[in-house]
Amino acid sequence: MNSLEQKLKDPKLCRSIVGRINEELDGELRFMEVCGTHTVSIFQSGVRSLLPDGIIHLSGPGCPVCVTHEREVAAFLDLAERKDVIVATFGDLMRVPGPNKRNLKAAQAEGARIKVVYSPFDAVNLAKEHPGDKVVFLGVGFETTAPTIAATIKIAQEAGVNNFLVLSFHKLVPPVMKVLVEDPELAVNAFMLPGHVCMVSGLEPYRFLADKHGIPAVVTGFEPVDILRSILTFIRMRNKGEAAVTNGYVRAVADGGNPKAQAIMNEVFEPCDALFRGMGSIPAAGLGIREAYGDFDAIRALGLTLPDVPPLAGCKCGDVLRGKIRPDECPLFKKVCTPANPVGPCMVSTEGSCAAYYKYQI
Amino acid sequence: MCLAVPMEIKSISNNVAQVEVGGVANEVRLELIDEEPKVGDFVIVHAGFALRRLDREEGLETIKLFEEGLNLELT
Repeated sequence: MNSLEQKLKDPKLCRSIVGRINEELDGELRFMEVCGTHTVSIFQSGVRSLLPDGIIHLSGPGCPVCVTHEREVAAFLDLAERKDVIVATFGDLMRVPGPNKRNLKAAQAEGARIKVVYSPFDAVNLAKEHPGDKVVFLGVGFETTAPTIAATIKIAQEAGVNNFLVLSFHKLVPPVMKVLVEDPELAVNAFMLPGHVCMVSGLEPYRFLADKHGIPAVVTGFEPVDILRSILTFIRMRNKGEAAVTNGYVRAVADGGNPKAQAIMNEVFEPCDALFRGMGSIPAAGLGIREAYGDFDAIRALGLTLPDVPPLAGCKCGDVLRGKIRPDECPLFKKVCTPANPVGPCMVSTEGSCAAYYKYQI
Repeated sequence: MCLAVPMEIKSISNNVAQVEVGGVANEVRLELIDEEPKVGDFVIVHAGFALRRLDREEGLETIKLFEEGLNLELT
């Protein structure tokens, strides 16, 4: 596991690419990544500090925790209060604020049965251990995560585990990008596409960015060399007056994605409208559970509804997610809203752009 | 959230692979991987499932070509 990984972090190669970027950059370039892992990589690796002033890095709605709507968080909290339910969740959701600043961590401290799991499969085992209860997995995530939940539902069905349910608030990346590019106020010259989302979905769903809107987009890995190469590709495409959707992460991504994962995801889920924080309802941007797997759908089985809740006062996470403002332009940033006392989800999630700005911005 | 880690397959049995990364052993499910995984393969793992094989040769080749491209332009 050495030479490839070392090469992808090689300081000499990074310096060469940065040199090229400086030579070839012609005018300001505003690129947006749509992936929480990219947000963290770009800050953590120091790549951001190597870039010239003319390159503006924006973080889009690519952190599933950050785009989870306040009404969805309220539904999680309502669910946790039910006596016959054990909530199983990925750890990232534990501190996301819902109404009155309540979160799952506080609910757990007050006695709600909430279990953090690392794989949805662990939630099926939890259901087997508690046959008298309903174990509800909080389904949050994009195309990388959704197939793992779909496969888990199929495994639960085959094993006859009938007390395992999923509350599916999964979301899809292309429909939200469509909303972004159709916003006349959005000023973005290039998109860095999420490598692991594209590992499942392939490049096809993103062709519209170049074909219809003339915006270059590159599927990008998560190492410094991956990120810098993509930025150089953006510059070169723009200098040539070209726009294309290309694959810069060939070692993990096939242009057609992973057809098997796509098929399992489509067998279990169907597109539905979805709420995104700060963006409202987006048509066909969510994944609901199909009727054929309705026995595993927490919404159907438990009659769940999304409570109406007021938006968080003063929180500008919605504007941050759409690239309208930088995190440090929010009046709450570093004053009221900090990682220790987060007001909004972009500060709660380690992948949120507010948290990244707080931690790494010098 | 979409963080996925390459792990090396040490053994396979019934749609489950024993994997290792940095000396840490783990178990991953193989229902979603789109090509037959083999012992010695590196697979990209997310939420307990292997999603794809990591093509390390392809990765090295891509970088080699890219580096050659950078040097060619320098001359």
